This record gives sequence, structure tokens and C-alpha cells, in this order.
Amino acid sequence: MRFKGKAWKFSADIDTDQIIPARYLNTSDPKELAKHCMEDADPEFVNKMKSGDIIVADKNFGCGSSREHAPIAIKAAGISCVIAKSFARIFYRNSFNMGLPILECHEAVDAIKEGDEVEVDLNSGEIVVLKSQISNLKSQIFHAQAIPPFMQELISTGGLMEWVKKKGKT
Amino acid sequence: MPMTITEKILARHAGLKEVKPGQIINAKVDIALGNDITAPIAIKEFKASGAQKVFNKNKVVLVPDHFTPNKDIKSAEQCKILREFAREQKLSHYFDGGDVGVEHALLPEKGIVVTGDLVIGADSHTCTYGALGAFATGVGSTDLAAAMVTGEAWFKVPESMKFIFRGKFNKWVDGKDLILYLIGDIGVDGALYRAMEFCGPAIDRLSMDSRLSMCNMAIEAGAKSGIIAPDKTTKTYVDKRAERPYKFYASDKDAVYCDVREYDCATIEPQVAFPHLPENTKNITEVGNVPIDQVVIGSCTNGRMEDLRVAAKILKGKKVASFVRLIVIPATPLIYKQAMEQGLFEIYLKAGAIISPPTCGPCLGGHMGILAEGERALATTNRNFVGRMGHPKSEVYLANPAVAAATAVKGRIAHPDEVIKK
Repeated sequence: MRFKGKAWKFSADIDTDQIIPARYLNTSDPKELAKHCMEDADPEFVNKMKSGDIIVADKNFGCGSSREHAPIAIKAAGISCVIAKSFARIFYRNSFNMGLPILECHEAVDAIKEGDEVEVDLNSGEIVVLKSQISNLKSQIFHAQAIPPFMQELISTGGLMEWVKKKGKT
Repeated sequence: MPMTITEKILARHAGLKEVKPGQIINAKVDIALGNDITAPIAIKEFKASGAQKVFNKNKVVLVPDHFTPNKDIKSAEQCKILREFAREQKLSHYFDGGDVGVEHALLPEKGIVVTGDLVIGADSHTCTYGALGAFATGVGSTDLAAAMVTGEAWFKVPESMKFIFRGKFNKWVDGKDLILYLIGDIGVDGALYRAMEFCGPAIDRLSMDSRLSMCNMAIEAGAKSGIIAPDKTTKTYVDKRAERPYKFYASDKDAVYCDVREYDCATIEPQVAFPHLPENTKNITEVGNVPIDQVVIGSCTNGRMEDLRVAAKILKGKKVASFVRLIVIPATPLIYKQAMEQGLFEIYLKAGAIISPPTCGPCLGGHMGILAEGERALATTNRNFVGRMGHPKSEVYLANPAVAAATAVKGRIAHPDEVIKK
């Protein structure tokens, strides 16, 4: 799977309350949640972003609550993938379970500037900065941390529930 | 091979002799928990998978505690999904109406979670049960759905960090201060993906309520779990409650830790975490003049009897400052009843406090005490993120119940000694 989109940068320790504030958790409808994606980090985010764009964040993205509404809101808003220096563990797990592509890459996060055009190859973990707003470099290539084999199996099966079904456990 | 308590519990539930950090295992869960925010998604996925019955009607626990008593029509619909599922699946542990309490106070109190268990909960503060000597961790709704079907969950065995606490406690210091101090030391991702093990002579002396407060906030350091090896205090607590047989585990002497840290409690004052991260801690004596609009005493962190008692001790014969709202939330119906019978309600009411029914309510900015723009709260809860208790431009400070009660009386963040001599 390959994605190409504009990068939106966020700081360290973006918590799930900023990704989807609890005042909107009286529903689990992805369309409703998408309207408020990243609202308390950047109230204008959903108006500025376009479908296919990429979130690029510093360390510990998605810390705090276990709400799966966070990756659901991001995916339903049309974000194709999240690149961060590190992810909080429940957010990391939820993303694989529900199918939001995420990649850990320290160097790429440092290199990417807001507005850069970024291409991601999920299978190889290759992150290419196609057009940087600041530097004159034509393109820079980074490699994200390898995804553990078991989690690759989850993705290729289509998420945790599909994996459970495939194992004949339902 | 020597193992930590966490590795032993995981190995046992995976049917393995031993496990190593980094290993992926599939393990049987003793309890799978969901609430009114997370369970509706899990129930939808459970049904979509074609499953008919949950793996065990005694082991799937549903507690609608976040937006209850129902906040609005949408949250009422969410709670209804849980109620109908509980009825249809004949769940033995479903709590509603006057039976509902804050989940992580309710499950230990009812003996639903016991020592040696492996518990997953679709709520990040599921790590609370580590205080009983159980492995407990927060997961998302899809993980809960899968566990409701199979009775199992996958885990990457975490590395363990050991935190040794020694020395005498300072006045007004409890488990909340130890964990805030620790998070201030290692940061909000200082234990990312890891198991935290709390031990040492000071932990041995800690009450169960304080242990629950400590393990509750392991997630605020990014940890997968927090645990305290079971001892006499654990046995006394669990014996009169356990609804299933329990099992004591202990770390081997030569078990491997990726980090070991020691703290001298004599140097730990009551702590206050400043906005907007739990790691922004300061000693109470270094806080300065911070006026407060609202004080909340409650939550899965600090809504238990020990917390309510110390707050009452400070509030007795005092008045909440003008233009300050104090909201006290006993975490479960039993705690509510005990607080009432022991005369604490009279103290709160005379002081001018609001007594709320058990709910997560304001802790997550749900309802029952939301902040307006520019307002500032001090709470005994666990998170002070941007907008956590209401308006994105409001602020939350975290502290223990004694500091919270003193703050309500003074109308600014205050040391309990300013209000009462212990």
C-alpha cells in the first residue's frame, strides 16, 4: 500500500483528548467523530486538511485514553497514515486492530516540515519526502521501524476481528 | 529462567513454562471489561463477527460509568446498547442505576478481579488492578470484542522496570504523591510499553486504597501495566471479597529489569501536577499563588474511603471559599453508603460541597462539573490534558485529596497544613 499526501505536523505527547475530545464520545459514529478530529490540538485542522493527507507527530502520539474513537476519527477524516517518533501503546495497538496505518520514524519526523509532500510505502516502510517547503532537496528517503511479523499478519488478514474469524474462533 | 511477577502471570495464562520480554503470546483472560464509551463499538464488532455467545458470561464485565446517569440522548443510546447486550447474554456482572460505580473502584471492591488474574479492559486505567497483584492492562474496543469471542488476547511480553520506595512518609503524603513524583521523574512516556513494578519497605506499608491510586496512574507514564506483589495487606483485602480462587505470584530474586530506580519518601512532599501533562509536577511548597474555581475529589484514582476520610478531616468545621465549587464523588455505591453512615456527608454539606452520585463525570470532561473558558480546577483525578475537564482553554491541576480539600477551603492551591494541623 502506498500513500501520498501533504504533511501536517504536531508536537510531542498529543493525547487522545486532543485527537477526539471526550465531549464528543457520546457517539461512536465515524462520520460524527471525523468532524472533530484533532480539534483541541488545532481547531481548524479538519477544515484545512484534505483526504489522503498525513499526520506527522513527535514522540508519544496518542497517549492517554484507550478510546478507539481516536484512530477512528483520524481515519474517517481521511488521513491516510500517521508518522511519529513513537506512539502510546494502546493507540498503537488500536491502530493495527482497526486498520489505521502508522509508522515510527524518528529521522523522518525531524526532516519533514509542515506542508511537505510525503509518500509512504507501507509494505517496505519507506518514507519519501517528495517536495520540501524549506530545503531545496528534491527528495529524501527514510526507513520506518520494521513492523513485528505478528502485526504484519494482523494487517494482511484485515485486522484483529478478521484474524479471529480466520482462526475459526467465532 | 528467573522471571518477574508480570512474566509469571503472563506465562501461566498463556500455558507456557516461561516467557521473555518481546515475545508475542496469546493468553487467556480472567476478566474482559468495557464501559459505556468503549463497549458499544466492541458489541457492534462482536455481532459483525457472527459470534452468538460471549466466551463466559461471568468473565465479561460491563460498567456504564462514564456518561451516567445518562447525560443526554446520545449517551443514553450508548448505555442502552450495553443494557440490551447484558440482558441478551445474561452477563452476571453488569451494573446499572443504583448499582453502578466507577469501574476500577467497583471491580476490586466486589471481588470480581482477584490476585493473580490477567485482566484486559477497554479503558486505559484498567492498570489499577495491579495493586491486587494482577496483570491488568488497557486495550481498545476491538481487543475487547475479540476477547468477548475467544476469551483470549495477544500480548507482547513487556520489559519490567522496578521502582523501590524507602523511608518515612511526610505528613499528608499518600500513594498519589508517590506516583506523581515518579511520573515527574521519568516523564509521560518514561515507561512506554513496559511493566512498572512498585516495591520496597514504603510500599509494604502502603494501604490498599493508596496502592490502587498508584497502579491506576501507571498509564500516565506510558506503561502497559503497574503491579505490586501481593502481601498481607493484599490477602486481607482479597480474602473477604474474592468470588474466585486467587493466586499469589512474586518476582524471582534474580529476575531481569531494564531499569531499577530508588526513591526516598522522606524527600517527597505532596505533589501538584501543573497543566497540561501529569509529568509537570511541583512540590506543594513550590506552587505559589494559584487561584482555583473548582475542586473535584473522586475518580478511579482517588474516590475511595481513605480519600474521602482525609478530605473530611480537613473540611470538618470549615467552609469552601466563596466562588469555589467543591464536588465530591464517592466512587461506588458502597463507598457512598459508608461515607454517609460515617458522617462524612454532613461534613461535606456543612462545608458547602456538592455530593455527586458515583460517576466518571467531570474527570474526562463528560458532565457533572464541566469547566468554562479560562476556569481552573484542582482535581484528585489522573489527567490534566488540554480540555480534559471542559473548555480547551480551561486548566486542570492534579493532587491528592488532602491538598484538594485544603485548596477548596482556601480558594487557591494550598498545603493541608494551612488549614489543619494533623
